[in-house]
Amino acid sequence: MLNYIKLIVLGLIVIFSMLAINFARDLAYMIHAIIVLAVSAGMFLWVLRQTDEPVRPVPQNEYMDDVVRYGVIATAFWGVVGFLVGTFIAFQLAFPALNFDWAQGYMNFGRLRPLHTSAVIFAFGGNALIATSFYVVQRTSAARLWGGNAAWFVFWGYQLVIVLAATGYLLGSTHAKEYAEPEWYVDLWLTIVWLVYLAVFVGTIVKRKEPHIYVANWFFLSFIITVAMLHVFNNLAIPVSIWGSKSVQVFSGVQDAMVQWWYGHNAVGFFLTAGFLGMMYYFIPKQAERPVFSYKLSIIHFWALIFIYIWAGPHHLHYTALPDWASTLGMVFSVVLWMPSWGGMINGLMTLSGAWDKLRTDPVIRMMVISVGFYGMSTFEGPMMSIRAVNSLSHYTDWTIGHVHSGALGWNGMITFGALYYLVPKLWNRERLYSLSLVSWHFWLATIGIVFYAASMWVTGIMEGLMWREVDANGFLVNSFADTVAAKFPMYVVRGLGGVMFLAGAIIMCYNLWMTARRAPAVQADTAAAHATPAE
Amino acid sequence: MEEYTFLRQLADSWALLAMFAFFMGIVIWALRPGSNEIHRETADIPFRYEDKPAANEEAGR
Repeated sequence: MLNYIKLIVLGLIVIFSMLAINFARDLAYMIHAIIVLAVSAGMFLWVLRQTDEPVRPVPQNEYMDDVVRYGVIATAFWGVVGFLVGTFIAFQLAFPALNFDWAQGYMNFGRLRPLHTSAVIFAFGGNALIATSFYVVQRTSAARLWGGNAAWFVFWGYQLVIVLAATGYLLGSTHAKEYAEPEWYVDLWLTIVWLVYLAVFVGTIVKRKEPHIYVANWFFLSFIITVAMLHVFNNLAIPVSIWGSKSVQVFSGVQDAMVQWWYGHNAVGFFLTAGFLGMMYYFIPKQAERPVFSYKLSIIHFWALIFIYIWAGPHHLHYTALPDWASTLGMVFSVVLWMPSWGGMINGLMTLSGAWDKLRTDPVIRMMVISVGFYGMSTFEGPMMSIRAVNSLSHYTDWTIGHVHSGALGWNGMITFGALYYLVPKLWNRERLYSLSLVSWHFWLATIGIVFYAASMWVTGIMEGLMWREVDANGFLVNSFADTVAAKFPMYVVRGLGGVMFLAGAIIMCYNLWMTARRAPAVQADTAAAHATPAE
Repeated sequence: MEEYTFLRQLADSWALLAMFAFFMGIVIWALRPGSNEIHRETADIPFRYEDKPAANEEAGR
């Protein structure tokens, strides 16, 4: 019965997307309609072939790990894509000739930059969060994912969002909000996918067999709920036509700016921090084989982070039309935020107390520990940069970009790599990783790459900040903007090389994970049986 | 200016105090005497059902 409803809905989408191709007012919308047509027509045929076939029973006494496996593959794939685009645009900045004439309007820096940011944050990070949250919520709730195939809908629906967003950026469909560039119909689709994600996650927590909700799930849940709220408010826009991709924001002026950075900063706070802290609170204890250092601290960490992060957004708008009190509020809360951030860092690091020797022998835990270290470093740097006086030097310079990357590459990247190294042997039922020395190679390439990146961006950022404000005895500016651009060239090359190293590490990881799934020895049947008996 | 007025009123009202009190309540609740046992037990959750969900008869634990 359900299949007939699905067929009707898919049929309607097919017809609508055909109409949309015909009436499309711009190229991006037309290409998107073609993609939607291809996907929905394919789905229609697939559902049709399944209809009235005998249904295979779902094993309720097993975890739903297929979707996690797909999520792990998607994370690794989108990670490499995002790092590749990032490295390429880094060299575009150093060597403008890489903005090829034949690709003007499609592959120049302005088009590729949102592709890079969205690919790493939402495609790489988002898939990592979806996959690990599905893995963790099942294990810590001792229950199979709620909602049957809804988890598959979340996974594939999210991939569709990524494809629509990525193609849209290249074709110029954007509503020009940083980190929220996709146009209205992609926003609507993401809202649907996200609400289903919330339902699957909450449904699994509700049917949990453990009396308590483990702290990682609190972090994941706050990430899902807050991102839903942020996404909806920041993307309140009215489409000009349902046959075109252009839409007009409901907010305007300084309100729009404030909503944008309330969104932007909390995307960092809840997507890149709370969600990834959920990973930290599961995978570090698992890899270290000891419970989290202090569960009390983790509770206080969670609530402090939730209560404080949401106010920090205005620090992106110092010295603008935003009222002073609002930007002061953002600044103060950013500085206060240092405490919960470091509380979380201490909790993650101290989980290893009594097992520090593992740092020598286990490159995976080394990766997780350095990610927490980068978390601590960038959550110290961030509050400092949010102080108005510091911000007057750092804002609009490359320092900001360096800060973002020490957080994104160091914290988000490294904890995700650690989680992937943990997950792949478990999910493919392997005894161990294919090669630990390749993990070490990845670790050092990535770490040195980040150091190159962050250090060169500090130098160039502070340099250009000082050059911009330099005045001569008569009060005239000494440097033209182009002077600062010329002075930055060597640092841009170093930054690009850092990116190459980070990318090389990620490719080594993909090879290692692939060989783990293909070649590493499988878990012996008798040990597997021993594993399968519950611990009690 | 409605948004501004609304936010200003929220800040001037008891809402800030209420949020702060809620937060302090959580801190005190987390540190309450006798919570050690529960927290130790909860912190061990990741090490229990690694490979299979809990069977149904264990549901009432």
